[in-house]
Amino acid sequence: MSNTERPLSPHLSIYRWPVTMTLSILHRATGVAMSVGFIVLAAWLVCAAAGPAEYEQFRALMSTLVGQLLLIGWSFAFFYHFANGIRHLVWDTGRGFEKHQANASAWIVIVFAVTVTAIFWMKLV
Amino acid sequence: MKLLATVRALTGFGDAAGGTDHWWGQRVSGVMLVLLGVWFIVSLVLLPDMQHDTIVDFAGGTSNGILLSLLCLVVAFHSYLGVQVVIEDYVHAAGLHNFSIIASRLVHLVVVIAAVYSIVRLGTGT
Repeated sequence: MSNTERPLSPHLSIYRWPVTMTLSILHRATGVAMSVGFIVLAAWLVCAAAGPAEYEQFRALMSTLVGQLLLIGWSFAFFYHFANGIRHLVWDTGRGFEKHQANASAWIVIVFAVTVTAIFWMKLV
Repeated sequence: MKLLATVRALTGFGDAAGGTDHWWGQRVSGVMLVLLGVWFIVSLVLLPDMQHDTIVDFAGGTSNGILLSLLCLVVAFHSYLGVQVVIEDYVHAAGLHNFSIIASRLVHLVVVIAAVYSIVRLGTGT
């Protein structure tokens, strides 16, 4: 029985958006993105095992603009999920829950993910 | 307590006694992926290029092949657990909910078998 007249507690949209909320949803989004990326990682190995011709087809596909953007996206997703995953593991020990600590670790994760993604592609290319 | 749990299980409500397993599985695989992830990224950066010969040499080596297979297995497990939580959060229709979880399990299985099978092929040169 739904009663639309009943008072509702304030929902998400009522609050000033804190950076920690962005990190939280990004953790899930990057996780799902990498679940899809895992299929591409497996395809890379399947093509490598199949032979040079198949491997070149895979490389050609990944060398397109869309392919390159996807690879950069997946590498960012990895470094982000990696750093924020460690942040979660620290939380699991009961540490870092104070508001200023959670905000500071959030910014550390963002800066780490962006910086390491950039370094990774500079080293790779 | 025991009777209550049984009735809940029969009616499809209450816990399935798997909550802590899921939580620990996600954490332990997460810690393993921190280590395996660093190894994989460093290995990629250290490769001289991405040519076929280079990748065959890399993935076909014994220690690399074992670590790469382990990476794929742990990624598949961690990914399956994560996708399961996402499905549980957003897919509420009972039929579609169960179908999605079974489909996700199947896809993860096929992908990880394809990956490990290919690594074995590279290692044995077949």
